Amino acid sequence: MDILVCVKRVPTVGGKITLTEDGQDVDTRMSGFTISPHEECAVEEAVRITERLGGTVCVLTLGAEEAIEQLRDALALGVGRAVLLETDGREYGSIATATAIAGVARDGGYDLVLFGNEASDTGGYQVGIRVAHLLGMPVATGIKNLTVSEDGSAIIARREYRGIEEAYTLPLPAVVTVKEGINLPRYPSLPGRLRAKRVAVERTAVAWEADGLRKERLRVPETAKHQAQVLGNGVGAVPDMVRVLDELGIV
Amino acid sequence: MTSLVLIEVDGCTGEPADASLRAVGLARSLGPVSAVVFGESAPAGLDVADVYLIEPSSVNGYAPVAWARVLAGLAGLAGLAGLAGFAGFAGFAGLAGFAGLDESAESADPAGPAGSAGSAVGPAVGVTAVLAAGTDRGNEVMAHLGAITGLPMAANCLAISPEEDGACRLVRQRWAGLLLEDAILEAPVALITVAADAPVEVGTVTPVEVAAVTPVEVGTDAATPVVHVHKPELAEGDLAVRAVESAAGAGGLSLASARVVVGGGRGVGGPDGFAPLEELADLLGGVVGVSRVVTSEGWRPHRQQVGQTGTKITPELYVACGISGAIQHIAGCAGAKHIIAINTDPGAPIMAHADYAVIGDLHQVVPALITALRER
Repeated sequence: MDILVCVKRVPTVGGKITLTEDGQDVDTRMSGFTISPHEECAVEEAVRITERLGGTVCVLTLGAEEAIEQLRDALALGVGRAVLLETDGREYGSIATATAIAGVARDGGYDLVLFGNEASDTGGYQVGIRVAHLLGMPVATGIKNLTVSEDGSAIIARREYRGIEEAYTLPLPAVVTVKEGINLPRYPSLPGRLRAKRVAVERTAVAWEADGLRKERLRVPETAKHQAQVLGNGVGAVPDMVRVLDELGIV
Repeated sequence: MTSLVLIEVDGCTGEPADASLRAVGLARSLGPVSAVVFGESAPAGLDVADVYLIEPSSVNGYAPVAWARVLAGLAGLAGLAGLAGFAGFAGFAGLAGFAGLDESAESADPAGPAGSAGSAVGPAVGVTAVLAAGTDRGNEVMAHLGAITGLPMAANCLAISPEEDGACRLVRQRWAGLLLEDAILEAPVALITVAADAPVEVGTVTPVEVAAVTPVEVGTDAATPVVHVHKPELAEGDLAVRAVESAAGAGGLSLASARVVVGGGRGVGGPDGFAPLEELADLLGGVVGVSRVVTSEGWRPHRQQVGQTGTKITPELYVACGISGAIQHIAGCAGAKHIIAINTDPGAPIMAHADYAVIGDLHQVVPALITALRER
């Protein structure tokens, strides 16, 4: 099984998100970067499938040159090839992104194209689906469990919807977007890291195109600032906790 | 704007989903609205002029491409399918190429609300927006609609304001609502999903006046909508990907809808530390939720994770035990009506979001609270 897995470089955010002065981007001077969480699981899933069934994994990202760091992270986990669709540093819209990815995927002869359900930063919820339509492949999204049929001709993709399990059967080749929880990604091994450094990343420049959805600026939403009422220290707070539970109608 | 809104209906109760009602509320503030419902009957209390009821015989169950194709037909977008851009779009007249609309049910009131008269041609004349809830299904169907038509799609919007030149100014969520984006959507038909929740206040939205999202009350004196039963003809290929549903894995209270959630974080210390939290959750009629570190350490299954990449919760009460409050966790629990935080660190970020704080070790406080509650 030959798999293409598509990832995105996103800022690592912890206690709070701050913006650049022009409000165009997240201020990343103090933060690192990571693969968007759902996509870390997509990489792990791809590696697991090929460990079981044989085949190859290629990781792809659309981003600036710095995104090679995330490609190497994926290579360190057992991915064999890496492709950078190199941007000019601007944010590319969903349609342009999907078009560029489909261009690479079309000629790759992949059996499976994996994405995360949505990027943690832009939250567009559509690139995987657009790529599927451009490739004429079936697609299932938000998947938390993936199995390959015994004859290898189809996959069964499962997710939960309002407490009900949904199962989708897709003939291969297919596109699947996964969610965190489908697996627990492994940590990279030292030999994996060393190998990742040696792999040559294949690079193709992609021109920016205007999108019908245009970002003007980002804002940090106003939160209702309030001071927590301190009920006490340690077990001494228990009587007041019981009183609060009572007042809130919980007990 | 004239809008079509996809309504998700709860399989058990037959009620429209709250998130869908938020989408109706937003669309209503912009102009006339028609609802699209896949199912046997139209849910009561939809405050819209028309309901397009898609017969189960044509699309049985959930098939995302088919649902998108039906919306494209109803919105007069069928002709766009396969076109790379919008060239020639301006000339589209009404519902060219869209037939098979069958009006077999009419409103009790023959006069009907405005807009229903002479609707034999179809509802969708002049549709300028298609909306759905920003749920798993809503975002999925609208992304398919975007892909089918080549139009842009804006996910998880909180406010929309039409501009004079036909564009839309909108506010949408990024980072699961931790950031907002002011954006311009330029498209002949705006494809939009409406954020299913707003974990933080929208605040002053933009310099221009923007219609805010207001949920619609079900069962108010809404005029009875005209119901059009529609049997679209769909290609086999559009029906190929479909959900086969089973109750497997269900059972127990759902984290998303629980009235009380007892949360555990790194402070719980390990996989063996959750028994008191389970016991407290039982006593309070709730369920246990956990932070991302707990699932990435493998202490608890991922389905219990509260946060940006887990479940967004909306309980009456969230008891956060040993949770520092990383921003991705706040994105998941900010919808809680009340938060009690138990933490040894009074400076933990969770404290800025909590209503009540207990400074202490959860391993002492939680068992003592359980004892006190049992003695009542």
